[in-house]
Amino acid sequence: MTATEARGAKRKPAQIVDMSWDPITRIVGNLGIYTKIDFANREVVECHSTSSLFRGYSVFMRGKDPRDAGFITSRICGICGDNHTTCSNYAQQMAYGVKPPMLADTIVNLGEAAEYIFDHTIFQDNLVFVDFCEAMVKSTNPSVLARAERTEARNGAIHGYKTIADIMRAFNPFEGEVYKEALKVSRITREMFCLMEGRHVHPSTLYPGGVGTMPEPTTFTDYLSRLVRVIDFVKKAVAMNDDVFDFFYDALPGYEEVGRRRILLGCWGAWQNPDVCDYRYETMSEWGKAMYVTPGIVVDGKLVTNDLVDINLGIRVLLGSSYYEDWVNEQAFVTHDPLGNAVDMRHPWNQTTVPMPQKRDFSGNYSWVMSPRWYDKKSEEHLALDTGGGPLARLWSTALNGLVDTPYVKATGHSVQISLPKSEQLPEMTLEWKIPQWSNTIERDRARPYFVAYAAAMAFYFLEKAMGFVRAGETKVFENYEVPDEAIGCGFHEAVRGVLSHHLVIKDKKIANYHPYPPTPWNGSPRDMYGTPGPYEDAVMGQPIFEENGPDDFKGVDIMRTVRSFDPCLPCGVHMYLGKNQTLTKLHSPTYGAAHA
Amino acid sequence: MSGTTKVSQHPDRADQRSGFDEIHVLWISEGMSCDGDTISMTAAGQPAIEDIVLGLVPGLPKVNLHNKVLSPAMGGEDFLAPFRAAARGELEPFILVIEGSIPNQKIIQGDGYWTSFGNDPDTGKPLTLNWWIDHLAPRAWAVVAVGTCATYGGIHAMAGNPTGSMGLADYLGWDFRSQGALPIVNIPGCPIQPENFMETLTWLLYHAAGSAPPPPLDHMLRPQWLFGKTVHEGCDRAAYYEQADFAKDYNSPKCQVKVGCWGPVVNCNVPKRGWMSGVGGCPNVGGICIGCTMPGFPDAFMPFMDEPTGATFSAALIRPYGAVIRRLRGITNMAVNREPKWRHAKAELTSGYDAHWRP
Repeated sequence: MTATEARGAKRKPAQIVDMSWDPITRIVGNLGIYTKIDFANREVVECHSTSSLFRGYSVFMRGKDPRDAGFITSRICGICGDNHTTCSNYAQQMAYGVKPPMLADTIVNLGEAAEYIFDHTIFQDNLVFVDFCEAMVKSTNPSVLARAERTEARNGAIHGYKTIADIMRAFNPFEGEVYKEALKVSRITREMFCLMEGRHVHPSTLYPGGVGTMPEPTTFTDYLSRLVRVIDFVKKAVAMNDDVFDFFYDALPGYEEVGRRRILLGCWGAWQNPDVCDYRYETMSEWGKAMYVTPGIVVDGKLVTNDLVDINLGIRVLLGSSYYEDWVNEQAFVTHDPLGNAVDMRHPWNQTTVPMPQKRDFSGNYSWVMSPRWYDKKSEEHLALDTGGGPLARLWSTALNGLVDTPYVKATGHSVQISLPKSEQLPEMTLEWKIPQWSNTIERDRARPYFVAYAAAMAFYFLEKAMGFVRAGETKVFENYEVPDEAIGCGFHEAVRGVLSHHLVIKDKKIANYHPYPPTPWNGSPRDMYGTPGPYEDAVMGQPIFEENGPDDFKGVDIMRTVRSFDPCLPCGVHMYLGKNQTLTKLHSPTYGAAHA
Repeated sequence: MSGTTKVSQHPDRADQRSGFDEIHVLWISEGMSCDGDTISMTAAGQPAIEDIVLGLVPGLPKVNLHNKVLSPAMGGEDFLAPFRAAARGELEPFILVIEGSIPNQKIIQGDGYWTSFGNDPDTGKPLTLNWWIDHLAPRAWAVVAVGTCATYGGIHAMAGNPTGSMGLADYLGWDFRSQGALPIVNIPGCPIQPENFMETLTWLLYHAAGSAPPPPLDHMLRPQWLFGKTVHEGCDRAAYYEQADFAKDYNSPKCQVKVGCWGPVVNCNVPKRGWMSGVGGCPNVGGICIGCTMPGFPDAFMPFMDEPTGATFSAALIRPYGAVIRRLRGITNMAVNREPKWRHAKAELTSGYDAHWRP
């Protein structure tokens, strides 16, 4: 809170008003945001976020055939269900001791690449950008729009828009050019997805042990011919995003403080390298580092670990304010991992979910979500990692690791270089994402189109691999296996919006315990038993307000931009209500409380 | 300012319409759901949601869509305003779309809740989905259940679930009639096949405009033309079944009934229609049918990857017939793979040509 105290020197008497938005629109799932805003000093002093939905996957999975897990867990999420199926199959493949044929892993990689391109595009252009569109900026910051009209777009030669305001007009919902084009691109890329995984949202052709996708040459031709059609759009999107976001920094000095939090990023890695990955726990450290997005935990800009075994063992699911019974005195399912390391009672392998619906009580339990944290052995802290909405953590971890080296994507240690081939209108281009100064709203949003480019570039690479296998006659896509009587498994993947893990325990050939941990519980978690708040509240609380409207016609656009920058996907897990934030007492606000009148 | 943006042009061919000029679509996805049906709907290009919202289909009423994911509103009261107005009887006509299964509030002792949509303005307490259905369904011109969760219960209503979830017709009653005298319109699928939903919505809108009868539904309230055939009847792998030629694992392009496909007994058009724009699908592209459109989903079909009960018997019955047919077809296939012997490069015409031939 040092920043707040420093600003306190010239603080005006607080004028605090309750402001809430419930439900939040333009996200997937149910989320409410409750804030207290100090209009005199133009900042958010308190933020609660809530989701009011409990569905109970980890409850009704128990006792089921473990091979059903990928089909069922897909239904957790209506926009990235396939990420769950993929992650579940990774966990099952470990449990069953089966390595799918290399072509099968490559087909999954192609499907997941299409998913990233589709999902980031529809979320950014059709949902996030409405907060940056002409109609919105006109109603929240007319002076910024006036400036946008006068500001030439630096990358106009690439995307074709003369001024920043022209780009903002193209973002207008249902009518702007980019909005409409993005919907069409989201369909082409979903067709690419369906070619690999059968159906979009809940795939039909993914199985533990491989895929059922027919590896005909035509399958890949149909994918390739669609991919080349969207490359112009991808290149333009990066250029347009850079222009708009750079403009916001220029037009609103201090905008970097919006949604800023300590750099605490987690990435669990994406796209297996089938040359290295055998899905065994014993070799997970090696094959994790061979993934085409490198796993890593980044704290204050430094890479703490990139080892999936460390990442796995550090996961803790904490309670503190949730509608559940504690399980810490139950019997453990897994006391040690296959390498002999001790497994904590609060690790997902040992979690038991007993829901207890009750009245929302801010002084007691008020949340359906639990609080996943990563325990850092060195600092002995339970870190409230966020995913930066997905792309920010993926690019950051990959860049720092410097391990990815393909003809299309290279990590340099401080940046990621992405090469996209010639397209209909634009020449071959190499884009470079450089590690930014902040983990904030703008950088979370800016990373998204860069990751779309990353995924499109990797799709070319995976296509070349897949067609290579097919031309060589290596067309096997499924490997058979027996479900063991007893086994454990874990899968690590990147859902579109960030870290995803599935933990599985099998007894008597049935699921004894199953816990998916998607990105949103990490990002949207409530205060844990140690009093640490989750990333949404942390990012919103204390952020400055730049909107020109007063309390009477306040839209809350700066707050909504922060919340949406995390790409909230509430069905993925979340059942939460965050309570009063205790740091409020540190604020020196003499009229606090009285101002409600 | 909520719901959709300005649609400036007047609806086309308004003079020929005897029904409504304008209608609201109030879409609540706060059932036990993943929002996957809303997302799936955006995949449809035949027609696309923007075609409807922008008024590109002649003869339809002007449509004001209020859907959380696509709403330009910021959220909260701005977004809830039309829902609140409709609950007070101040906004009509509207089509109520419910996504997600309906949890059982009656099994909770005290003030807890499974799912909610906004708060009660007087008490600040969450308003449950059940409250909204109770207040909106009786006033709706039509009620649509989108996706298998809302139609029949689906995943969240599977055995062992803690929430007592059910389908909308289980909650409102199967004999429910809307203000427009329509039964609930069920569009199952986990998620909905995008075009199945948009096509049904479009039919309803023609009906709202007074230019079409209500959509024909079957006894499970599904559109007949979409769910009247089985997966198997539209599957391009069904010919393998006829020849008793079954896939033994997922590497095979043949009929998948032995490895878990329920297609022969499931009402769904996906293999025929594809998943979107004719691309993708289920058994037609190597994905077993797990019965995701069915009232018995998922329990009746689990474990998904085992041979369905009954398939052993029917596959045994078809085996002798299929074996003979396959062999006979093999022989004929060899015959028709040969070119006729008059095609040659010799200095002689042997095709049977006769310049003066008369019948």
